[in-house]
Order: sequence, then C-alpha cells, then structure tokens
Amino acid sequence: MGQVVDIQEHKHLLEIKQVNIEGYDGERWKPIVHSMDLHLKRGEVLGLIGESGAGKSTLGLAAMGYAQSGCRIVSGSIGFDGIDLMALSEQAQIDLRGSRIAYVAQSAAASFNPAHRLIDQFAEGPVQHGLMSYKDAVAKAIDLYRKLDLPHPEKIGYRYPHQVSGGQLQRAMVAMAMATDPDIIIFDEPTTALDVTTQIEVLVAIKDVIKELNTGAIYITHDLAVVAQLADRIMVLRHGKLVEEGDARRMLDNPREDYTRRLLAVRSLGEKKLLLERDPNVVLEISGVSAGYQKDVNVVQDINLKVRRRKTVAVVGESGSGKTTVARIVTGLLPANRGQITFNKKVLSPDLASRDRECLRRLQMIYQMPDVALNPRQKIKTIIGRPLSFYFNMKGKELTKRVEELLKMVELPLHYINRFPAELSGGEKQRICIARALAANPDLIICDEVTSALDQLVAEGILNLLQRLQNELGISYLFITHDLATVKAIADEIVVMYKGRIVEQGSKNEILQPPHHDYTQLLLSSVPEMDPDWLDNLLEEREAV
Amino acid sequence: MNPLASMISKRIMFGVLTLMAISLLIFVGVEALPGDLAEAILGQNATPETIQAFRTELKLDLPASERYFSWINDFVHGDLGHSLANGRPIAEVIGWRFANSLFLAVTTAVFAIPFAIMLGLLAAIYRDSWFDRLISITTLSAISLPEFFVAYILIALFSVQIPLFPCISTINDDMSFLTKLHAIFLPCLTLALVVIGHMMRMTRAAIINVLSSPFIEMARLKGISNRRIIIKHALPNALSPIINVVVLNLAYLVVGVVVVEVVFVYPGLGQLLVDAVSKRDLPVVQASGLIFAGTYVFLNLMADVLSMLSNPKLRNPR
Repeated sequence: MGQVVDIQEHKHLLEIKQVNIEGYDGERWKPIVHSMDLHLKRGEVLGLIGESGAGKSTLGLAAMGYAQSGCRIVSGSIGFDGIDLMALSEQAQIDLRGSRIAYVAQSAAASFNPAHRLIDQFAEGPVQHGLMSYKDAVAKAIDLYRKLDLPHPEKIGYRYPHQVSGGQLQRAMVAMAMATDPDIIIFDEPTTALDVTTQIEVLVAIKDVIKELNTGAIYITHDLAVVAQLADRIMVLRHGKLVEEGDARRMLDNPREDYTRRLLAVRSLGEKKLLLERDPNVVLEISGVSAGYQKDVNVVQDINLKVRRRKTVAVVGESGSGKTTVARIVTGLLPANRGQITFNKKVLSPDLASRDRECLRRLQMIYQMPDVALNPRQKIKTIIGRPLSFYFNMKGKELTKRVEELLKMVELPLHYINRFPAELSGGEKQRICIARALAANPDLIICDEVTSALDQLVAEGILNLLQRLQNELGISYLFITHDLATVKAIADEIVVMYKGRIVEQGSKNEILQPPHHDYTQLLLSSVPEMDPDWLDNLLEEREAV
Repeated sequence: MNPLASMISKRIMFGVLTLMAISLLIFVGVEALPGDLAEAILGQNATPETIQAFRTELKLDLPASERYFSWINDFVHGDLGHSLANGRPIAEVIGWRFANSLFLAVTTAVFAIPFAIMLGLLAAIYRDSWFDRLISITTLSAISLPEFFVAYILIALFSVQIPLFPCISTINDDMSFLTKLHAIFLPCLTLALVVIGHMMRMTRAAIINVLSSPFIEMARLKGISNRRIIIKHALPNALSPIINVVVLNLAYLVVGVVVVEVVFVYPGLGQLLVDAVSKRDLPVVQASGLIFAGTYVFLNLMADVLSMLSNPKLRNPR
C-alpha cells in the first residue's frame, strides 16, 4: 500500500495471539485451531487458505470474538483496535458485530432470512446498532447496490431472497456487510457456491468495494487462484496450524513449504491416460433427445452425444444449463419427451421402471454428495455388498471376498468393511460410492459433479483413481461438472452446454484450443488463474471487446 | 392462475370430499348398529303393527341409499331432521348447545393460544435455563394427566377447598357475560392446561429447529440481540408447524371436550352427544357427528391455508 507514514496504518487493526479453539464432537472437546497468531492492518486483505477442516472458518469467526455452536475459544487474546474482544461483555461484543466487524457467508441463499425483504435485512444491522435511521439505511442500500452493479438498484432490495439469482444474492450480502462501513469484513468462501462466470462478477464487486472504502478484509477460501486476485498477504492453514505465511505474490511465485507447493500444483493428473486409437465401440449414444419436467416444456433440447468405450465425455456448463438433466435422462429418472438413447447397441427404454436388471447393472452412477448417497445406518459391507447380491446373487464368503477386492481397488484399507459411513472422511466416502458402482461391473458410470464437494487435493486423488480404473477396467465415464480444471484433467471429449442446448462439442484438444464458441470462450476465460493480475487483465480484455 | 390460489382451491375441494366421505361413514356406522331401531325404541313388547307404522313414519322401510341422499340433501338445506327422543327439530336441540360448546372453546382459545406461544418463545429465548425446565416439567405433567383427573383436582382445589368457582358449570341466556365466564372458569382452565402444553412445546421445538439455520447465525454475526433474533428471524420461519398445532388444538377444544363437559355438567354438544347415544337418538347422533366432522375439516383447512400464507415463497412468487 502507500508509503504515507501514518500511525493508524502501521498499527495492527486486528491482532490475534496464541488463540486455541476447540470443537465438541459429541463425546469430548477436540482442538480445531492450535495457538494461532493473526494480524491485519487497516485496508489490508489477508487470504486464509486451506482444505476443509483446516480451521480457517473457525479462525475467521474468532476474529469477531465469535465461536460457532459446538466450538469454544479456549485461550489466547483477540485484540481489535486496542480492545480485547475476549474480555468484553456479551452485549459489548454484540455491539461490535455487524457494526465494526462484518461477515459475508458462503451461501447467501441460506444466510438470508427467507421471510424478509433484502433491504429490510440490510437495514436491520445499522438500525439496530443505532447508527442510522431506516430511511438513511435504505438510501445507503440503494447506493451500495448500485456500486456492486446489481440490476435495478432502487427496486431489487424490495425483493425476497428467493426472487433473485445466486450471484445477485451474494452481492446483496456483500452490500449488507458494508452497510455500517465496517473496519474489517470477513469473507467466508463467498464465491465457492457460484459458477465460474458468476464468480467473476462477485470477485470484481468485492475487489472494488474493498479498495474504495479501504476496508480491512480476511478472505477465506480453499481456492488459491481466487485468493491470488484479492489478497495482499496469504496464510496457508492445515489441521488448525499455520503452514506458511507471506506476501501473496511471493507465495505464488516461490512457495517455501511442500504443502503449499502441492496446493499450487493441483489440477495436474498423476495418472496418465491410455492413449488408444479411437475405439469404434460406442457404449452410449443419445440422439435428438429433448426432455423437461412438464409436458411440452423442454428443459434440454436436441441433445446428441456419443460415449465410446474406455473414454470420458465431460458435459460442462454453468448451473441451470441442463447438464444434470442429461444425466437424469440417461439414468431414466426423467423420461425423454423425444429422441432415442442407445446403450450397448440396444435402444434404452426412456423410463427407469421398464428397464431390465442387466441394463441397470451396466449403467451406474456416482453422486455429488457422498454423505447423502450412502445410507448412514448401513455398514460399508452392506453398502458395497448390495449390488453384488442384487446383480450376481453373491452370498457369504464369496461376497465378503469381492467386497474386499473392491475396497482394494479404490485404495481403502480392508478393515473399513465393518465401518459406518460417518466414520469415514469425505474423500473416503466418495471412494465407497465408486466401489459400489464398480461392484456392478458397469460399462458406463455417470459421474455427477463427483469432486465438487471435495477439497482440491482429495478431488485430485479421486480423479486419479477414476482414471486408473478406466485404464484397468475399460469403463467409460459420462462426467457432469462445472469445474473446467477437472475437465482438463480427465476428459477425452467435451460437450459444452448452455441454456439446455449443446453449443459446442468435440475432442478435448479441439475444444480447448481456439477458436472457441463465444460461450466456451466465456467459460474458459472465467476460470481463475494463479496469476495475481489475472482478474485485472481479464477485465481490461473484456472491456476492450 | 396464481399458484397460491390454485393450491388453496385444491385444498377446499379436498375438504369437501373429506366431508362427503365422513358423512357416508357416519351413516354406514349408524346403519351397522346391531338390532332394529324401531324395536329398540318402542321396546320388546311393541306389536308388529306399531313397529311397522313407526318404520313407515321414519321412512326406515326405504332403501339405505335413498335415505342417505335424502338425509344429506336435507342437511345441506339446513333441515337436520327430528329427534327421536322428543320429536323436536334437531336444529333447535343442537343449536344453543353447539353455541355453548363454541363459547367454551373460544374463551379457552382466546387466552390459551397467546399464552402458550408466549411461553414457547420465552422457553426458546431462555433455553436450558431453570425457567425453561420449570415450564417444560409443568406442561409435560399437565399433558400426561387425563383431563377428567385434572378436572377433579381443580374442583377439589378451587371449588371444595377454596370455594372460588362453581363445580357445576350451568349457564343460560339470562346470565351476564361475566357471570358466564365465572361459571365456566374451571372447565376452561382444565382444557387450557391440556392444550397449552402441546402448543407451547411445539412452539419451542419449532423455534429451536429454525435456530440452527445459517441465516440465524448470520443475524448473530450482524450483532442482533437474541430476543430480536427469536421474534423477528426465527418465529416467521417457524409459523407453519405452530399454526398446525394451534389449529389441531382448536379442533380438540371443539370436538374433544365431551369428557370435560360431562364432568362439569356443561350444557354443550358433547354432553348432548353422550345423552343421545345412550338414548339411541340416532338422528341426533348423526347430526352432531357431522357437525363435529365439519368443524374439524374446516379448522384443518384453515391450518393448511394459513401455513401456505405464512410461506414467503408462495406469497411472493418469482
């Protein structure tokens, strides 16, 4: 920042020292954050990076003197502008929250109260803190909505949360945090739930307001490329401990720790693709399919695509583009209104209920949320054993042996066989889902956003596993995803969808090399890069066009 | 059409259908009673001629389906038929008693519902404090005891030990409003004790359920006080279950008061129903059954409509 010698600038606005935070896991208190130090100057943006469970959100909230339910700040000091937050009374803490320190949550859709209008929720903070009248707050809201480039800034505030889009809602939440001109804003993964194209809007909005109002900010994320665009300084956290801290540019150019290097290196697949010539065998062919959730209203139209043996076809697009609908059509959950699906040279009945068992066996699916896809009351053996007994009538020792083989295939230890899903981590649960799909010996597996709920390093492990299984077993994948990095890593062919139609399709190289279709260009250019100047350059380019 | 309006009209249609089904059930149920109605009423010693004449007079000789439709047709037109016991029009017999039952129910509801919701909110605000536990224990015990037992204890306490209120709640049109209130104080209190427990506990549970939502944490991080969070942020999102339990209890107040009315000899519809059953006054049983059913269906319909209205997504479509 500037070279002006100003005592205010040099004093730390926020100073956390040796803070220890514990979480209750239902039996006992376990440490989440170990003796962390953190400091922030006025107008500085600090990036907190780490995978889930690293304690970054917990630490961010501690900067407000707040511990989520089930957590407690055990020791340490949290100093804010010369005030010791830990020593403050409950009421004094409440007075600071939302007036001098504000918070932007990950999911605006869940964090706005569905029962109140946006502008009333905006005004509530300043009015309750006695900083403005309702009328002034409304004027301020409209002003901020305009600054954040929301459409119809005078009117949008009078809508309810469910009446605006996800990206707009996230910007409305940033506006809400700025309502009282706070000294510090904590951004907790504010763009993680958004599409790449929407993410850019929100990133730009955040970057602009932070700069304009000279607010200090803590930006929490698991995505290094995102934080690279905003942060002056980065702290890498792992298991509640500091791994590395330093200037953002230095950290990206020259990471000191191995873990940081691995975070930076993510998105290159270790497992090599078997480069066979085009296998003429087409496993799945969708021709001229249109479908919708109501009769005559088609959500997706005129879908044509082929999946060949031992190949991966990635369907990409932003949310609402109809890519998950395509998966539902193939599985038969949503019967197509028109068109035909051929699977292994046989015409598939559009409706799930009238497909035979053999056909069900050959077509398996892996879901986005492993937590939801596994029955929490069944042991791993029952979960993986179910398709074995259903499709192959396996019993007893034979079944146990096969379950063990499958566990080995997905690189999990054999003693997991008697565990419940809750005793496994997110990545391990996804591996169980893969093992369950493999148990049926399928020809095609539909992977619906299988890595989006996982941390980058864990996701990388899953992608490697899927690639290895493809190489060994010759399975084909239909990969539904919005994450272009995943696509680059695993796809053979890419299908780009927009508003229910396929806008471009072809081999990976064809699609990723220019010239692109306009929408593909927009998608590709919206994926954040590690370069700290990427966002600025991109905006310049787009303005020039 | 507006989705809300179409949903509401759908519910109303279902309500009418339910009512039709219930009327059929009541009729069939009464038909299925063992023994011959005429014999039961005229006694064993009646001559076959008298019995025949009686049946013709009551149209009992007509086929059941015809009688059902003429009963429903008359009912819809406001003619409830005549009582067998004394030959008076049923509308006249039932009318003032139903009004009495409603008076008891409404009086109870007017002070029990706000009180229960207040208690529920307070219990949620001061969750896990001694105050929360105290009202939890009190209301739980009130729910667990059968209402006649609560009624006798209240009589023993406030009518026998300390003679503040009458133990027999007779009311008539000559009494002033206040005297009436005084007369029905004990049955009111008995009913209130039963329903407050349910409503208060549901309010508390619904609020606490909403308190784990991310938008509540957001409100806390905006520095909103706990009290305001519960009333402004949690309550509007917990309305649906609260409305449902309130209306269910209202329905109980109208149709479930038979025991309490009998204990306090209160001249309500419940008391009449019990009398009519013992006297085999079947038209009265049928008519009161259908009135109870109608009240029940109407209140549940209200619950559905109100909880739909409490949902901002339905009230303000995109």
